[in-house]
Amino acid sequence: MNPQLTADGRLRHLLTLDGLPRAILTQILDTAESFMDVGEREVKKVPLLRGKSIFNLFFEPSTRTRTTFEIAAKRLSADVVNLNIATSSQTKGEAILDTVDNLAAMHADMFIVRHSQSGAAHFIARNVAPHISVVNAGDGRHAHPTQGLLDMFTIRRYKGAFHNLTVAVVGDVLHSRVARSQIHALTTLGVPEVRVIGPKTLLPAGVEQMGVKVFHNMEQGLAGCDVVIMLRLQNERMRGALLPSAQEYFKFFGLTPEKLALAKPDAIVMHPGPMNRGVEIDSEVADGPQSVILPQVTYGIAVRMAVMAMLAGGNS
Amino acid sequence: MKIHIRNGRVVDPLNQHDGIADIYVAAGKIVAMGTAPADFHANRVIDASGLVVCPGLVDLSVRLREPGFEYRATLESEMLAAAAGGVTSLACPPDTDPPLDEPGLVEMLKFRAKNLPGPRVYPLGALTQKLEGKLLTEMAELTEAGCRAFTQADAPLTDTQVLLRAMEYAATFDFSLWLRPQDVSLARGGIAHDGAIASRLGLPGIPALAETVALATILQLARATGARVHLSRLSTRDGIAMVRAAKAQGLAVTCDVATSHVHLCENDLVGFDAHLHLTPPLRALRDRDAIREALRDGSIDALCSDHTPVDEDEKQVPFGESSPGASGVELLLPLTLKWARDMGVPLIQAIDLVSWKPAQILGVPGGHLSVGSYADICVFDETAEWQVSARALMSQGKNTPFLDQPMQGRVRYTIIDGHLDFEAP
Repeated sequence: MNPQLTADGRLRHLLTLDGLPRAILTQILDTAESFMDVGEREVKKVPLLRGKSIFNLFFEPSTRTRTTFEIAAKRLSADVVNLNIATSSQTKGEAILDTVDNLAAMHADMFIVRHSQSGAAHFIARNVAPHISVVNAGDGRHAHPTQGLLDMFTIRRYKGAFHNLTVAVVGDVLHSRVARSQIHALTTLGVPEVRVIGPKTLLPAGVEQMGVKVFHNMEQGLAGCDVVIMLRLQNERMRGALLPSAQEYFKFFGLTPEKLALAKPDAIVMHPGPMNRGVEIDSEVADGPQSVILPQVTYGIAVRMAVMAMLAGGNS
Repeated sequence: MKIHIRNGRVVDPLNQHDGIADIYVAAGKIVAMGTAPADFHANRVIDASGLVVCPGLVDLSVRLREPGFEYRATLESEMLAAAAGGVTSLACPPDTDPPLDEPGLVEMLKFRAKNLPGPRVYPLGALTQKLEGKLLTEMAELTEAGCRAFTQADAPLTDTQVLLRAMEYAATFDFSLWLRPQDVSLARGGIAHDGAIASRLGLPGIPALAETVALATILQLARATGARVHLSRLSTRDGIAMVRAAKAQGLAVTCDVATSHVHLCENDLVGFDAHLHLTPPLRALRDRDAIREALRDGSIDALCSDHTPVDEDEKQVPFGESSPGASGVELLLPLTLKWARDMGVPLIQAIDLVSWKPAQILGVPGGHLSVGSYADICVFDETAEWQVSARALMSQGKNTPFLDQPMQGRVRYTIIDGHLDFEAP
């Protein structure tokens, strides 16, 4: 039984893209498309979620993702409450479930959850009242489904379809919830070749069982790609037992104009942000004509609006 | 108290007995089988028609949580749970608070346990002081206090020199060391088997290598020192192969696995149920299958529950923050029977793994139904079906990955030292 779907197959929570049917993914992307013009109107609002209370429950600090969820919710006319729990009750030792129960008692309709533990969103979803939906805004290394969806939205906008693409995901796949969500979405949407590129220390065990081709050489991995997705390398992982140095990483796995030239001429470059310029990506590429990194951010709002609207049942 | 167990199917691995017989108990001993002794007047007649009568089970790992963890479970609750599971002898690991590293603590525990109904409690002593892996405990003193073997339980022992010295010292007195092979560095930070499922779920991995690398060290040191070593909770196919090979070369090691690992594997983690957070982690399907096969061919010597009751709040958190372990002493028998049914193994062979063989490893009486031996007896209904639920379990720990699952086989009576300590309602 999929905890994310209702008995009649509609979206109940959004916890992971792993196991979601292609029809639902496509429906989210189509709905997001219909919200694209809202941001360009003079009054950037639609009344779909008027009277609904959405709680941003961030057990782990985040500015970017939390802000885009907040903007998306406000454009749908919902009331938004931001809780930075990383700095409040959790440090006082309050159990997650107590926090969640307290907020539910304030008549919440939806929780947007970020947590450092894989499976935290599943855990909260299992323990909320039936009328509350949970959106996973990133749990440990596990999933970041709205990021994965906005990446798919970006790819579809620039490439039109998925069935004829070669997509490479480059870098620290081991610690990346973004990469996992991207891989599930890409394979579900029918991308025939998904590649992961990275040193053996940054690729998880048995990653090929997720339906990807593994490359340890970036030149070989980028050859003929339509889409190149770079992953962020966390500061604390740049030196140590996983990697000797940021410089050596950049030399072998950083995206430079020369390496990008091995992909197809019309290949697009994506990055979930925030970027480490000169570590995983050269500024010339990040700011270059093939980069779609800023449009990704814009699309993120429409995609999150779509997810929230569908969860609230307002996707008519 | 004189008990007459009538007309049951007596299954006794040591004596290779499997057939209908009557058993007569008096003054804590089995006084006769088959025909009643002269002048035997039972205070209690148990009609075991349609039931199996076997040696009381011997469980090599039951955490009683005292001293120090009474919020998780108490001696009373867990000894009752063990009796309800048909267990008549149990080994309790020293990972209490404080750990069982001083004779006084061991004597206190034995004294408390002796005055409660329930199984015979055999404490395992801490191998190192405070289980810190640095200084040896007074093993000889602890043995006199009643410790049957020495172990770190799940606490790490990072210093290989300490392990070597511990083996040399233990070998001096022929004490037994129980070691769970896990390389601390390779397991660092991990919470699930490092494989395709943990990769998908984003759970930090504990590679199978953590077990095999530690095993290689332990086996080498055991060969060199001649120490008696029992390997606890094996979890990997490759680890089992190493132990099988070592035994074939004549090394006198024994090993056990936990019942959870006989029936579950990494695939069950999808959904992030914290009840599946176990130590060692649930491994791949091929590992589970290797365990099931090694139990059949005798490479694994015993099955235990690795009973680890935790407080409900400790599992009501995300997977990675939960306390590892499962409550299991009441499921030892049904899960053993399930394995036997799944594998087509005769009942007598399955009972052997939870009675006679673990009694030998622990070095205690019991585990058989010979006339003249202690009357430690389990009477169970092989076909009774029931469902695991918080209410159905007597243990204070309701944390089991088998919650809501159907079980087949249920204990009806547990006789310990000639007393009827448990009778199913």
